Amino acid sequence: MSRSYKILLGLGALGIALIIWRFFAGLGASTALSDGYPLGLWIALDVVTGTALACGGYAVALLVYIFNRGKYHPLVRPAILTSALGYTMAGLSVAIDLGRPWNMWKIPLFIGDWNLNSALLEVALFIMAYVVVLWIELTPALLPPSRLTRILDRALIWIIALGMLLPTMHQSSLGSLMLLAGPKLHPLWNTPLLPLLFLITCLAMGYAMVVFESFFSGRPLSPMLANLQKIAIGIGIAFVALRVADLAWRGHLGLAMQLDLYGIVFWIETLLWLAPVLLLSRSLFLAAMCIALAGALYRFDTYLVGFQPGPGWHYFPSVSEMFISIGLIAIEIAAYIALIKRFPILAGSRSHT
Amino acid sequence: MSSTRRDLFKGLAAAATISILPTAAEARERKSAPSDAVGLLYDTTLCVGCKACVVACKEANGMAPDVDGYGGGLYDAPEGLNEYTRNVIQLYRDDEETSFVKKQCMHCVDPACVGACMLGAMHKGAFGVVSYDASKCVGCRYCETVCPFNVPKFEWAKKAPKIVKCELCRDRLAEGKQPACTEVCPRGAVIYGKYTDLLAEAHHRLEAAPNKYVPKVYGERELGGTQVLYLSHVPFESLGFRFSDEQAVPHVQQTVQHGVYQGFAAPVALYALLGAVMFRNRGRDES
Amino acid sequence: MSTIAQRLRLSGVSRRDFLTFCGKLMVAAPFGLAITDFLTPEAVAQAVGAARRPSVIWLHMQDCTGCTETLLRTSQPDLASLLFDVISLDYHETVMAASGHDAELALRDAMKQNDGKYVLVVEGSIPTKDEGIYLSVGGHKGIDLLKDVASHSAAVIAMGSCASWGGIPSSTINPTGATGVDSIVKDKPVINLPGCPPNPYVLLAAVLEYAATGKPPQLDALGRPKFAYDRTIHDHCPRRAHFDAGRFAQQFGDEGHRQGWCLYQLGCKGPVTHAPCSTRHFNDVVDCWPIGIGHPCVGCTEKEIAFTVPIHATVGIERPFGPDTYPEIHAESRAISPVATGVAGVVGGAVLAAGVLISRNPGASDE
Repeated sequence: MSRSYKILLGLGALGIALIIWRFFAGLGASTALSDGYPLGLWIALDVVTGTALACGGYAVALLVYIFNRGKYHPLVRPAILTSALGYTMAGLSVAIDLGRPWNMWKIPLFIGDWNLNSALLEVALFIMAYVVVLWIELTPALLPPSRLTRILDRALIWIIALGMLLPTMHQSSLGSLMLLAGPKLHPLWNTPLLPLLFLITCLAMGYAMVVFESFFSGRPLSPMLANLQKIAIGIGIAFVALRVADLAWRGHLGLAMQLDLYGIVFWIETLLWLAPVLLLSRSLFLAAMCIALAGALYRFDTYLVGFQPGPGWHYFPSVSEMFISIGLIAIEIAAYIALIKRFPILAGSRSHT
Repeated sequence: MSSTRRDLFKGLAAAATISILPTAAEARERKSAPSDAVGLLYDTTLCVGCKACVVACKEANGMAPDVDGYGGGLYDAPEGLNEYTRNVIQLYRDDEETSFVKKQCMHCVDPACVGACMLGAMHKGAFGVVSYDASKCVGCRYCETVCPFNVPKFEWAKKAPKIVKCELCRDRLAEGKQPACTEVCPRGAVIYGKYTDLLAEAHHRLEAAPNKYVPKVYGERELGGTQVLYLSHVPFESLGFRFSDEQAVPHVQQTVQHGVYQGFAAPVALYALLGAVMFRNRGRDES
Repeated sequence: MSTIAQRLRLSGVSRRDFLTFCGKLMVAAPFGLAITDFLTPEAVAQAVGAARRPSVIWLHMQDCTGCTETLLRTSQPDLASLLFDVISLDYHETVMAASGHDAELALRDAMKQNDGKYVLVVEGSIPTKDEGIYLSVGGHKGIDLLKDVASHSAAVIAMGSCASWGGIPSSTINPTGATGVDSIVKDKPVINLPGCPPNPYVLLAAVLEYAATGKPPQLDALGRPKFAYDRTIHDHCPRRAHFDAGRFAQQFGDEGHRQGWCLYQLGCKGPVTHAPCSTRHFNDVVDCWPIGIGHPCVGCTEKEIAFTVPIHATVGIERPFGPDTYPEIHAESRAISPVATGVAGVVGGAVLAAGVLISRNPGASDE
């Protein structure tokens, strides 16, 4: 076990200990959340950004199965694994963040109580379903051939199609969530295009993460990755153009020029989307990281920075809040590393089916 | 390479088209208060800041004193609404202007919190009162996030936390009684009644003494209308009412959402489309 | 035994004076007593006048005689003597003329004549350590005397904190094992009137209630009459408005103290002390009570407070109420922790550094 792996496990153990403490101490003691900022780091980072970064499976599946680029097929499985782990960790983060998690089981079952206007209901249901679909998609890699895997093989088209439908819905709905915040969301982020913007950024982030993770796989880098990165960059440019056009259309372009917190982070976001154009030739890794950070910052801005509950409210995550997130991410990374070693996930691994 | 770019733009164009759907879809109708709606009318010119309503609300709802407030542990002194306080009197004081203001749930006609809640724990109940059912609450605090008046509060300190907010004493209403706050107000600064009666009374007061008030009944149209109405002698922004937009908070989000989903038609159609494309692509590779 | 009305006529007390007395009773106990539950002093006079003049035997235990003094220091001479017309004080070591063997005879006689009917008033605590040898009255141990006299009484009134729960002698190490009456007398109704001293009208009202109805007034869990001890000083304090407005005297003699502001910060035990002193003052003089003259209440009725908690130590407020001040429209929430921002900075820096390092060595893995 390498030293860095031990560090990951250590951070994971610390995270778990803190999670147990959180359930005894309550949310007030373990987080810096308040009535002004009821949603914080766990939602913005673990759930909203985390699921978007875990959209590699969705993004690559689109490329391979819809746009029919078979050459990217070897990238599908590791991307699906990342997605499965990322979404599972996001689900865990939700369970930790909820104040009354013992009522969670009612969400998929109390159909008569469903509020069909609620974007959050839609997010919850489809993320729950998507986690199941992702692990089903992985069963051919994780399980030895059996009757079950043969049945799944035949239904694969419909499962994979589901695996593309569900993220389309819930990633855009993650944008709709903050649309309901309405007047409390700063105009630089409050637009009816929020669902679309969240959707296309998650695709860019998915591609970028596939590239990013390839650097840790212990394999030589494939030339396909540069293509993926170019797609991500292209989406990023389209995103920036769309946003600027939208701001101009709604008459808020002036806000982007202001030298306040909002104007400044808007520009940082924009530059992070555009910088990879220059970085691509010099460092694929940095280009990918910029896209991922750009998308992450966009989400943080929509959920936290651009959220204006009124004067007098501040939020910055507490130390325990941060280390719970760090712990969950560490567990996710450690699980990924362990699984790609033991199971035929990466292209060229033995017993690859 | 070029085919990738082509496909990319194809995909984005499709996405953009779908997103235009909301504008093409029917605009969501503006909701109005139910016919038996009740509400409150609060008049700042009558309020003397005695805080009897704060005490009565605490007693009627069995709430603990808030000693973490500005009272240094000696007093039950909430700074604003919180998990121990469903109703509070605040003071606005500028060089020349002074006003008290009573803050509690506004019982919106088209509430953001109701639109947000997954299982309807927040719902509009009898008489249009925005009510809370803890058995359906998972404690996600989404209602708290979206409320434009920052009304729902969360019991952060408890292990089984609930959302806390004014529910217009709906248990008392069911018994034919008034809410606790209006019952004890010594000057009738806050009164209870049918929403239509209160609105008429508010306008009557504005007409009878136009120089006494800011010429607006706050809540008549703001944010889709609220069943709690305010008359004030100082600007409403000074009292902490930040928003004057007339559009209901859920309007845009639900228009977009319903526009995109068209019931369940769009997702099913998309699913069929995805499956069909994959079927067609079997065995063909455009690499 | 004659009725009170008969006795008053005999003594030549004017009806006017008696009505005044009844009025004072009504003020002292506006509710919670059967005898004052009428609408007019005349009606009260009727009820009280019809009562048999109760025989009262008064025992002194480990006391300072303050409780007797409070009874005698009513400043209207008419009332002091009226007192002895209303009740028949058959034995009282301080005021009786007899002494020595005559005094003991007087006690035995009083006990025999009113056997089973007299009200026993006890002043002072009873030492119980070393079999109670620390108090000896006429050769009898205090504890034995109490048991003996109480056994022939109709009811016992523990006058003052010492008799109620042990008082000053019971504080700190309690060298004599001082205790209150109700720890010793178990078979007779005991009414506790704590205070150091208590208000004399409370005693009168309690005695008369017993005489007129044959029953003690409604008592709380500690045996204290509810009509006097159900509220705290803080609930009825004349300086409460200053407390609510946050106006406190910080030092004896400072500006706030001169203005008569709240004495909470000087250690007033009003918020935790059940007693009627804030509305019923002493010596028949208005404002003649501790807070009235500018000294914080010391909680003399409460066993856990008096002579235990330092006089100038502040106490918690059990049932906080709203202050006179108001929160602003926009309140400040708690500030951002610098520790958290620091940690975030360190973590962010570490991640960035790791990223840069890895980008220099593409393909390097965690193997």
